[in-house]
Amino acid sequence: MTFAHHRHAAHCESGVVSNLISHHGMPISEAMAFGLSAALSFAYLPFIKLSGLPLIAYRQPPGAIIRGLAKSLAAEFRFETFRTPAAGQARLDELLGQGRVVGLQTSVYWLPYFPEDMRFHFNAHNLLVYGKEGNEYLISDPVTEQTVRCDADALSRARFAKGLLAPKGLLYTVMKLGQAIITPQAVRKAILKTCRTMRAPIPIIGVRGIRMLANKVAKLDPAARASSLFVGHIIRMQEEIGTGGAGFRFLYAAFLQEAAELSGMAVLAGFSERLMVIGDGWREFALATARMVKGRDAMNPIKLADLLRDLSRQEEVFFRDLKMALT
Amino acid sequence: MDLNHVPQEGNKTLAGHKKAVYAKDAGGHIVAVASKGWEVEEIVTSQAVEEMRALADNARQNVLNDLSAPLEYWMYARRMDLLLLAQSTGIWRWRIRRHFRPEIFAQLPHKMLARYAEALGITIEELQYLP
Repeated sequence: MTFAHHRHAAHCESGVVSNLISHHGMPISEAMAFGLSAALSFAYLPFIKLSGLPLIAYRQPPGAIIRGLAKSLAAEFRFETFRTPAAGQARLDELLGQGRVVGLQTSVYWLPYFPEDMRFHFNAHNLLVYGKEGNEYLISDPVTEQTVRCDADALSRARFAKGLLAPKGLLYTVMKLGQAIITPQAVRKAILKTCRTMRAPIPIIGVRGIRMLANKVAKLDPAARASSLFVGHIIRMQEEIGTGGAGFRFLYAAFLQEAAELSGMAVLAGFSERLMVIGDGWREFALATARMVKGRDAMNPIKLADLLRDLSRQEEVFFRDLKMALT
Repeated sequence: MDLNHVPQEGNKTLAGHKKAVYAKDAGGHIVAVASKGWEVEEIVTSQAVEEMRALADNARQNVLNDLSAPLEYWMYARRMDLLLLAQSTGIWRWRIRRHFRPEIFAQLPHKMLARYAEALGITIEELQYLP
């Protein structure tokens, strides 16, 4: 049994939802799914801790892509959670028996096909299940190049992991697709929403959030071990957690480029170019940080903070211009 | 980032897997391409993995010196912290901390050990000893 719409993707949620919608007869790219759901963002949430480190996100919270895209395409998804693993597995088997492809929210830690060093307790990993053979589920996980298999016990554990963002066995299926074409209006609306988010008057969100993180970095003690862990953590969130590079900036640039081909949207092509350049700036920040973490350069929080402030300024101008170009 | 600048450095943290990154091809189109990894990612991921290994090693020493129970070692070995273990078991943090004391751990009822073992994904026998 194979799944024709498995495509390797940068990010689990945009990958899963674009593959799932493609399976239901509407070809859509990962970048378009990401952009149309207005998923790009920045958030620095010091009051939510992951292994003692603050949550730093370069995108909207988990679930926002599926819900955002459903809204944008007037599609209907059905979401179900379960009290017990047994009920969750029974329902999954029932849906697979009907020939459906099912999306799941899982914890990365309990998925045995993940590389050992990537298995952290992160509870919002999305994947698709497209079949079952014996005691093994057939899985299209968009962050792996090929489809994979996972035994029933491990998958059940991954679906019912506890803690922050606990999935509670969440599964979802597409009930119906509303409109089958992507309109310039929908694209415009989604981009304006992203512009609003990035320029939100909230100190921990968007370009202000980047600046606040910069201020926090500037105050780090260069000699402390905790400082190195803190800045290393920023880079993991930016580069390692399925972002397609530069904290989703390259992915969003791909969306802008694709959207530029819709009627009346040619202006977006230039913005795509500009965002690629900003993305390269994020990569330089990552490189400078990693060199300090590794001890090749002396730890210099002031320099890292300056790089972040500069990126914040560049994105502020970028999203202001983008908004002006569309209104 | 241009296609020919996409790092292919063979990160050990990816263990042979490839990840998709977005880059510009010669024609200026931004496409997804499989990357074997970037050293930058390897450095920061290894740092996080090492940190958790250090916590587990430290707990192991404490168990050997009879200052803590194997439960604390297993918590870190499973890459959890007190908060996550509390959420996974439904046992309050102060109680778990108390259960770290070897003399208290030795007297834990079977039922309590079973809750820990279940959350940590190991057997009750494994939970009682260092590996």
